[in-house]
Amino acid sequence: MDALGSLLSDFTVRTVMLGCALLGFTAGALGVFALLRRQSLLGDAISHAALPGVAIAFLLSGSRDPLVLVLGALASGWLGTLLVSAITRSTRLREDSALGIVLSVFFGIGLVILVIVNRLPTAGKAGLSTFLFGNASTMLTRDVWTICLLGLACLCCLALFWKEFKLISFDPQFAASTGLPERMLDTTLTTLIVLAIVIGLQAVGVVLMSALVVAPAAAARQFSDKLLNVVLLGGLFGALSGIGGAMLSASVEKLPTGPVIVVLASVLTLLAILLAPHRGLLPDWLRHLASRRRIETRRILQALYRLVESDPDPFRPHDPNALQAVGLKAARSTLAVMVDLGWVEYSGERGWVRLTAEGWEEARRSIGGELPA
Amino acid sequence: MNVELSILLTAVSVAIGCSLVGTLLVLRRMSLISDAISHSVLLGIVLAFLATRDLNSPWLLLGAAAVGVLTVVLIQLLLGTRRLREDSAIGLVFPLLFSIGVILITRMAGDVHLDSDAVLLGELGFVWMDTASLLGMELPRSFLLSSAVLLANLLFVVLCYKELKLSIFDAGLAASLGFSPLLLHYLLVSLVSVTAVASFDAVGSILMVALMIAPPAAAWLLSRSLAQMLGWSALLASLSAVGGYYLAVRIDSNIAGCIAASCGICFLLCWLLAPERGLISRWLQQAEQRLLFPAQMLAVHIANHEGRPEEPVECHSGNIAEHMHWQQQFADEVVAYARQHRMLREQEGILRLTEEGRGIAEKLMLHG
Amino acid sequence: MGDPPVPAIRVEDITVAYRENPVLWDVDLEVPPGVLMAIVGPNGAGKTTLLKSILGLVRPAAGRVFIKGEPLSRQRRLIGYVPQRSSVDWDFPTTALDVVMMGRYSELGWFRRPGRRERELAMQALERVGMTDFANRQISQLSGGQQQRVFLARALVQDSEIYFLDEPFAGVDVTTEKAIVAILKELRDRGRTLLVVHHDLSTLAEYFDWVLLLNVRAIAAGPVATTATPELLAMTYGGRSAYLMNQGGAEH
Repeated sequence: MDALGSLLSDFTVRTVMLGCALLGFTAGALGVFALLRRQSLLGDAISHAALPGVAIAFLLSGSRDPLVLVLGALASGWLGTLLVSAITRSTRLREDSALGIVLSVFFGIGLVILVIVNRLPTAGKAGLSTFLFGNASTMLTRDVWTICLLGLACLCCLALFWKEFKLISFDPQFAASTGLPERMLDTTLTTLIVLAIVIGLQAVGVVLMSALVVAPAAAARQFSDKLLNVVLLGGLFGALSGIGGAMLSASVEKLPTGPVIVVLASVLTLLAILLAPHRGLLPDWLRHLASRRRIETRRILQALYRLVESDPDPFRPHDPNALQAVGLKAARSTLAVMVDLGWVEYSGERGWVRLTAEGWEEARRSIGGELPA
Repeated sequence: MNVELSILLTAVSVAIGCSLVGTLLVLRRMSLISDAISHSVLLGIVLAFLATRDLNSPWLLLGAAAVGVLTVVLIQLLLGTRRLREDSAIGLVFPLLFSIGVILITRMAGDVHLDSDAVLLGELGFVWMDTASLLGMELPRSFLLSSAVLLANLLFVVLCYKELKLSIFDAGLAASLGFSPLLLHYLLVSLVSVTAVASFDAVGSILMVALMIAPPAAAWLLSRSLAQMLGWSALLASLSAVGGYYLAVRIDSNIAGCIAASCGICFLLCWLLAPERGLISRWLQQAEQRLLFPAQMLAVHIANHEGRPEEPVECHSGNIAEHMHWQQQFADEVVAYARQHRMLREQEGILRLTEEGRGIAEKLMLHG
Repeated sequence: MGDPPVPAIRVEDITVAYRENPVLWDVDLEVPPGVLMAIVGPNGAGKTTLLKSILGLVRPAAGRVFIKGEPLSRQRRLIGYVPQRSSVDWDFPTTALDVVMMGRYSELGWFRRPGRRERELAMQALERVGMTDFANRQISQLSGGQQQRVFLARALVQDSEIYFLDEPFAGVDVTTEKAIVAILKELRDRGRTLLVVHHDLSTLAEYFDWVLLLNVRAIAAGPVATTATPELLAMTYGGRSAYLMNQGGAEH
């Protein structure tokens, strides 16, 4: 914990963490729109397609000025998006192929340029793997300021056009019928998503940045059915993964930032899919079990009632195995639940059971509507 | 064997192997499965290496390929929960597996001949350093491996040609005839995984995607049948591989990156120039037909209003632009075109169909 | 006789093509104000395309549209639209009330958030379609019929003069179908004009007063009684219509 304390008091580390938190928040929040508009893999293509832009910006400016790199990435990410839609519109190829081509070819071109750039004397320590897998610890204060500026701009834009973005994401045709400039809004939203990806490239890297757009959003979707909550949660999960990843990779040797952030975000998502209260698989399964058990207790209760229906002593004990005659298997656990409910009690040592007064009443009520057999 | 030849041979055999399975992926709308698998096999390679401690073990190939198949199974499982859609499921699974792979490699860096840059760059330039002898010839190990995989892919395509064709063009019929689509699917996925592992050394994970998708996509714009498409994509992939190599030598940069770039150039050329389906030939067709379709519309329009009370207004040559909502100049061009092609004539300012024009209009209206 | 009233919708010579394949050939249509009009025709006849091109969602290769005598761009506020239910993703994280409030967005204009007034209007609309109890349900938890009611409520909250509905009865239960018809008729009685893509010939006469028979071309348009004749239906459906009429909407 001491290590953590000293880590947090370090100014540089705090700056880096702020940056990672904000880029995570932006990616997570805008990722929700990518998720809802089925653009998750477009994010993958965009982040790879940004590489040549980064490399060329680096080559031309000769500096690592974050704003220049971001502009380069934005331009080539955008070009990639345009090409994907041009290919799908003008050929018989489907979107998956178009994405695959843009992603891999742009990335290849980016690599070729980077290798050349790296040989230049002016290159400094640009390090290939920083571009590919990200390295939060190389972030300088001005990088963080750039991230903050662009991230906040993205989020402000999202807030300003919130209801329009919501409408075009849900029902673009209706939006267009009311006279909204649907195409323009669509382009703006896609640009914001590209921007959210681009500002994360330095910390997370081109190869994995798309995961930070997909995973937190997918996790957030499991927790709420309200768009605003999903977007806020997506942002929160993204920020948490960003901070966690930056901290881990700063405090442990030889731990690349991008992959750590992605592992954190993905594990969060898998947990959310398993455990989220309403949509989670486990709660779903438990609810299913509970409802099956409820039906089973009803059926056993009714069967016990039928056994004693014409008996002068309605509380006569019975062998639970006798229920097999009516096709029911009274599992011990189910009987235990019924005992807990106070409907049934054990009688004697042979494990026989009998209805309680309460159980008898309950059974009569639940059979109520049915005609006597 | 000299350096250049070993590199070229390896590059071409990797390229053809990738393009064969890639063709099937493109046709089955599974292109991005190649992206997923080519990334996640990295984890497989690392884990298999940790288990065997031998980069040349055949178990490494199989173990790593198994992780590729596992990726697809995981994606299917996630889809089965109905909590995610396909794009998100793919976008969630492979970055996770890949990240774990990269973390493991970085942690082991130094102990192992594996590093995270090489994962993406490939080391095609060094294949000649690691050779094995076959039939008395010293051949690069990567070449031997990739040719073996190429052979396996070729066998799959040839032996299952009929089934593959059916499953692509009529999945329902294929299933009803008893070809299990699932079996074929997983056979393909397994081959993609094996191909990915075998090509990993040479081209790295992302550039492999270029070889698997771009040549088949370009080939699709050139072909009319599955066989043609397989042939074209193998040819285009080999050309890209050779072209990429010489480009890399020329500008002294990464070979795999240059191969990916030349795949892109190749696709771009086909996209622009393909006969019939290329952009240019489609522009030419459209330019040729620019006035044909509007003239047909005009013929139908006149046929609709012919002999009715509104005819003098609707079919008056001065009103065409207004009624069809065309620019006046365009409307004049269309009328001139239609008259030139004897679809209509003008009588006291009213446009009337000729016999030929009426025939065209009736045929169009009949067939929609 | 005075001047005939300005038609609510006037379509002149609309031709629409997808990749050079025409889906609508030179369609003319005049919809008088205050009628409940169905567009019927076989699958692929271009019914939805006609609706979309009137709404400006599909760009026609030729022809033009007037809403109450003016081009569409000046009359957006007069129109309400109910798209096909299957055209949206019902797993979208939003509630029924929220969807209905979307009908007020264009009225609100840029940058303004829906507030109490929008909420009240939306609740009133939900009440009219009998969905008050479901206002805060997530939309994927609604049945097909309930989803259609929510869509109708969203159009109602637009408070338009001319409504366009694309297959509002597709995949809904009988109760919902009757409820929707009642609302449509009520709107018509209050002078609104409604243009509805419809699939079921057996209910045509019961639900609608005007009809457009469409099969790539406009075959005929006018009052149902005089237009939906066996001959014209046969022209539209190519001989299958008599069967469809008698079988009570076999297409369902």
